[in-house]
Amino acid sequence: MQETREVVITPGGDEKQYWRDLWRYRELFLFIAWRDLLVRYKQTAFGAFWSVLRPLATMVVFAVIFGKLADLPSGGAPYPLFVYAAMIPWQFFAGTLSESGNSLLSNTHLLTKIYFPRLIVPAGSMAVGFADFLVSFVILILMMAWYRIAPGWRIAAIPFFVLLAFLSSAGLGLWVAALNIRYRDYRFILPFIVQYGLYVSPVGYGSSIVPEKWRFIYSLNPMVGVIDGFRWALLGGSNRIYWHGLLASTGITLLLFVLGVRYFRSTERTMADLL
Amino acid sequence: MSGMAIRIENIGKKYLIRHKAADGRASTEDFWALRDISLDIAKGERVGIIGPNGAGKSTLLKILSRITEPSTGRITLRGSVSSLLEVGTGFHPELTGRENIFLNGAVLGMRRAEIRQKFDEIVAFAEVEKFLDTPVKHYSSGMYVRLAFAVAAHLEPDILVVDEVLAVGDISFQRKCLGKMRDVGTEGRTVLFVSHNLTAVRALCNRAILLEGGAMVFDGDAPEATGRYLAVSTDNLLVRDWGDVSEAPSNHSATLEQVAIRNDAGAIPAGIYTDASFNVEIRFRVKEDDASVGLTINFFDKEGDSVFNTINNLESDWYGKPMPRGVYRSVCRIPANLLNNGRFSIGVNLFGRSFSDACVTTDVLRFEVLDGPSIRGDYFNEFSGVVRPLLPWKTQRTDVS
Repeated sequence: MQETREVVITPGGDEKQYWRDLWRYRELFLFIAWRDLLVRYKQTAFGAFWSVLRPLATMVVFAVIFGKLADLPSGGAPYPLFVYAAMIPWQFFAGTLSESGNSLLSNTHLLTKIYFPRLIVPAGSMAVGFADFLVSFVILILMMAWYRIAPGWRIAAIPFFVLLAFLSSAGLGLWVAALNIRYRDYRFILPFIVQYGLYVSPVGYGSSIVPEKWRFIYSLNPMVGVIDGFRWALLGGSNRIYWHGLLASTGITLLLFVLGVRYFRSTERTMADLL
Repeated sequence: MSGMAIRIENIGKKYLIRHKAADGRASTEDFWALRDISLDIAKGERVGIIGPNGAGKSTLLKILSRITEPSTGRITLRGSVSSLLEVGTGFHPELTGRENIFLNGAVLGMRRAEIRQKFDEIVAFAEVEKFLDTPVKHYSSGMYVRLAFAVAAHLEPDILVVDEVLAVGDISFQRKCLGKMRDVGTEGRTVLFVSHNLTAVRALCNRAILLEGGAMVFDGDAPEATGRYLAVSTDNLLVRDWGDVSEAPSNHSATLEQVAIRNDAGAIPAGIYTDASFNVEIRFRVKEDDASVGLTINFFDKEGDSVFNTINNLESDWYGKPMPRGVYRSVCRIPANLLNNGRFSIGVNLFGRSFSDACVTTDVLRFEVLDGPSIRGDYFNEFSGVVRPLLPWKTQRTDVS
C-alpha cells in the first residue's frame, strides 16, 4: 500500500495540500472526462458526428447569409472556410463554457458525497470540449485540402490561440460554475452569453469590417483575438492580426482566468453546504 | 502519536441561518451544528457515532470526509481514508456495469491498476457477470446495489468512514454489508460508523460517541453509549404511584398503591432489554379483613392490541385465601426472551371473590423493550411480531446414516 500519509483538516484548508491533492486525484479527472465523453453520445445513432454537425450547419447558414447575401469580405479565403476557421475556436469556447458552467450542478451527487478537489469537475468537462475541438479540427484540415489551401508556418501559432481560448473559457466557466451554485440564475444567463457571443464575436464576419475607432474596444472580447488569430494562422491572405487588440485580448483572458480560479477556490469550501 | 489514526481537536461547524420576520425584514443567526468536539481515535478502533436527528452526526461525518470544512478546530487523519456516505456514488445510469466499476472505484479513491486487479473479485462478489456490458439503468435495483456495494467492499483504506445509508437493500444484502464491516474492523482498520441502528453499533463497534445538539455528551464503550441514548430518547413510565387514595384504582376490597417495573435488585432499570428478565411489582392495600384479592396484568403492544395477560390464580401464598387488612406486594416475573423489542404498555386489574367485582386499568406503565444483542447471532434486522422467544433448533443430515 501507499506510504502512510497525513491529512490535516482545518478551517480555510491548506492551499499547498489542495494543489497536491489535485495531482493525487489526476486519475479521477481522467475518469470524469472519460465518463462525460462516453455518456455524451450513448444511445445516439451518429455518435460523435453530432459534434461535427453543429458547427458545420451553422457554417453553412453563415456562409450563405454573410458571404453570399451580404457579400462581406473574407480576406481572399473561401467564405465557408473563413467561417469554419472561426467556428471551431468559438465552438470550443462556447461548448466548454456552458459545459463547465453547469458541471458542478450536474454533479451535485458527487460533490455532496465525496471529497476531491472540485476543480476536477469543470476541468473534466473542458477536456470533453477539447476532444470535440480535435474532431472539428480534422474536418477543418479536410476542408482546407478540398479548397487546396496549404497553411504556412503560421499554423505553428495555433496552440497558442487554443490556449487563449481555453484560458478564457476556463476563467469564465469556473466563475459561472461557482456562481451557479449560489445563484441558479446563471443556468439561464449562460445560453444568452453563448448566443450573443456568437454575433458579438467575428464568427460570421471578419473583424476588419469593424470601424477602426471601435476596434480596440471590440478587441476586449477575448474571443476576438483568438478568432483573428485562427484566421491569420490558417488562412493567411489579408487576414491580419490587430496586435493591440490581441494584446488586450490576452490581458483580459489572463485576468479572467486568474480571477476565475481564485473565485472558484474561495467558494469551494462552502460548495457542499449550498448544493 | 504512533498508534493514532484520527485526532479531532475542538471541531466546530457554524451555519448561517436566515430568518424572515413577519414584517418582511430578514435577519441572520449563527447556528452551531457542532461545537467543541475533541476526540482521539486509535488505530484499529471501531467507533460508532450515535445521537438523535440533528445532533450533528452527519455534519461530523461530512467534515471528516472533507466534503465540507469545519469552522473551528483541526483534524489530523493518519493513513488513507475512504468515506462511504452512500453506495454507488458516481454511478452513471447510462454506463455499463464494467464502466461503472472503474468510475466508482476512481471516485472512491482506488487507482486504476488496483481496480483492474480486483475487477474479477468485484464482479464475482456482485454476481453480475452476465450483465457486465449492460447499462446499469437496466439493472434491477438489487443488482445495482450489489454492484455498488461490491466496489465499496473492495476498498482497503486505513480509515473507513461509513454512513448508515449502507443499511439499504434487502435483508440478505444488509447482512452482507454489516458482515463485511465487521471483517474490515477485525483487519486492523479504523472504522467510524454513523448509525441509527443501535444493534449494529453494539455489534460492530467497540466504542461509541453520543452526540446531542452538536455536543459530545458521552464517549465510552458501545453498550453504555447506546443505553444512554435510549434512556434519553424513550419516554418510559416505569413507576406509577397513586398518592391520592380517592383517585387510585380500586374495587370493593382493595386499592392499588403502586405499580412498578424493577430489576432483581429492586431498582428501577435504566432500560428494558429483550434478553433480560424484569419484574412487575404491584403494591396494593386491602381495605377490609377476610378479603379476597386477585390480580391480572395485561400487556399491550404499541397499537393497543393485547399481547397476553397473566393471572395470579396459581400463586399459592395468598390467592383464594382470606387476606387481613394491610399492604401487600405481588411480583410477576417476566422472563428474558419473551417480548420482542418495541413499545409496550401494561394494565393491572384487581378482582374480588367474584370476577365481576373487577377494577380494570390500562396504560398504567409504558416502556420500550430494547434490543438485547445476545440472541441475535449474525442477524441485524428486525424480528417481526410482538414476542421474540429463544427456541431450540436442531439441524441434521438425513440422507446419510
